[in-house]
Amino acid sequence: MPSENSTGRARALTTAPLQTDCETFSLQLAGAVDGEELDPAARSHFETCLRCQAELAQYKKLLRALASLRNQRLAVDDRLVNELLLALQPGGTVHRLHRLSSASRSRKAAYIGGIAAAATAGAAGALVIASRLAARQRLAS
Amino acid sequence: MEPNTTDELVAAAKEGDHRAFEELVRQTYADTYTLAYRLVGDEEDARDVVQETYLRAHKGLKKFRGDAQLSTWLHRITANCASTFLGRRGRHRHDQLSEEYELADNVPDRDPVIQADLGDLRSNLVAALMELPPKLRSVVVLRDIYDLSHDAIATELDISESAAKVRLHRARKQLRESLYPMGEEQAHAV
Repeated sequence: MPSENSTGRARALTTAPLQTDCETFSLQLAGAVDGEELDPAARSHFETCLRCQAELAQYKKLLRALASLRNQRLAVDDRLVNELLLALQPGGTVHRLHRLSSASRSRKAAYIGGIAAAATAGAAGALVIASRLAARQRLAS
Repeated sequence: MEPNTTDELVAAAKEGDHRAFEELVRQTYADTYTLAYRLVGDEEDARDVVQETYLRAHKGLKKFRGDAQLSTWLHRITANCASTFLGRRGRHRHDQLSEEYELADNVPDRDPVIQADLGDLRSNLVAALMELPPKLRSVVVLRDIYDLSHDAIATELDISESAAKVRLHRARKQLRESLYPMGEEQAHAV
């Protein structure tokens, strides 16, 4: 059985990168394309691996193609723009929605306030009952 | 004097000039709608996201200090609205983009070599993007198409910056694998 040292030497002499390394570093490669910092092991692997270099070239094309989509705008029906502008008019749907959301916030606040008040009243009631019970027990004894 | 430039329109809209805000909507609507559609993958949903975006923009315009471009500010709001919308929708549909979708505006790259190189790739890319799960798609669209920073993406999607980066790398990997499914030798030839 070869010693650990001799295995290490054999690995150092192997020029072809291991496929498992490609898989290990594959996500880093996706970040390397726009200059993200690499750990030294990944860097040295990419420097020698033709497969990863080919993939890096593909990533570069992919990023160029994605950036070129920035100039594309989908056709928008004028009707939709007009609907939106109508909704944005003072008193339009959006303003009504705005008011509704404010009203709903106020209702929520009132609801929470109500619960808090009820809880406080309940606790006060419980204290009164407890103190009366205690007073009765004192009288009985 | 009528406000003309974006900065003047923003300033006027901040002062309550409704026409100025309308003009800003007209100028930015197609871009906002395109981003919304790319994020949610459905026309009706994109319209809802756009409406919510302009509602928030209208409410928050006074807070817009002009440090970033108006378009970047609107992109961030759109991303946030779409993220909320997708969360509410609760199901991750993998919508197919219709082959029939129309482009209103397509400013070509000036370099003809790059243009030719990108031609085929771009036509498959749009479909590949729509195949991505929305969580991955959002990040790659915002970073690689709209050039938002990792920090901005993380904030608007309510995730950590490292999560945003991991999603970005996964999305790019899936897109690359989808666009270059061939073997190693053929990949070299592309």
